[in-house]
Amino acid sequence: MNPQPRFRFLPMPFHSVLLLIVWLLLNNTVSFGHIVLGSFLALTIPMLTAGMQNPQPRFHRPLIMIRYAIMVLGDIIVANFEVALLVLGPSKKLQPAFIAVPIDIVNELPITILASTVSLTPGTVSAEVSEDKNWLYVHVLHMTDKDELIATIKQRYEQPLTEIFAC
Amino acid sequence: MEFWIEVVVSAFLIFGGVFVFIGSLGLAKLPDFYTRLHAPTKATTLGMGSLLVASSVMITYQQGYLSLHELLITLFLLITAPVTAHMIAKTALHHKLHIIDRTTGKTSAKNARKRESSEEHSA
Repeated sequence: MNPQPRFRFLPMPFHSVLLLIVWLLLNNTVSFGHIVLGSFLALTIPMLTAGMQNPQPRFHRPLIMIRYAIMVLGDIIVANFEVALLVLGPSKKLQPAFIAVPIDIVNELPITILASTVSLTPGTVSAEVSEDKNWLYVHVLHMTDKDELIATIKQRYEQPLTEIFAC
Repeated sequence: MEFWIEVVVSAFLIFGGVFVFIGSLGLAKLPDFYTRLHAPTKATTLGMGSLLVASSVMITYQQGYLSLHELLITLFLLITAPVTAHMIAKTALHHKLHIIDRTTGKTSAKNARKRESSEEHSA
């Protein structure tokens, strides 16, 4: 089950780099001492925690991942304006709804990313995933067209995720 | 401080403040629990984002070095906001909190609840 790490002293290279960057950002400095201390932490923490790792599908297409992240950031800004307008508008005109979105991706990590993306983008909050992981239940603040919304979620967010994780 | 820096920082502060305020206003004004959830989770993300940009610009200019730990706050905010929203919505759903009458797709809500209870039985 547990794949043999590529390097014994660097079981999670990506996490090590991330830890070093976060450490430097936390201290808001790039001084030599902090780079040394951060590198030490970045090397030892993954060694201690490698055994607890839950095997996750790999990112097959990192470039699409970056494009996806930028697209989601843009959508978050649009979402904020839309929700702000809906909040300021008359509440009586709102048409809230629960919808079930069929999902094709199977692994936990992509489903988590999809649910988080749905929560961050225009007027939707994911509320529940069905037991068989085939349906994502979503609450919509103001629904105009159900089929269109489901199609948007599937094409705009799920489709790139299937490419990234190749599942 | 130079005038144009002041203008940029204040513009970001006002913009952010307006969005955080709209988020809180939504929390008070929207009709039921589920719709209320939308305002603070979304309107606040952009609000906090622009407040942090203002802070970053200001500190960078005043201290003379690039201040980036605001990026980290934004990152943590972006990770935690959807997870909290999801957990709150889920809890509300399973506690059968009142859904206002004009909500469509109540059967979906019922299904969502049922799936979970069947999971509890099997566990």
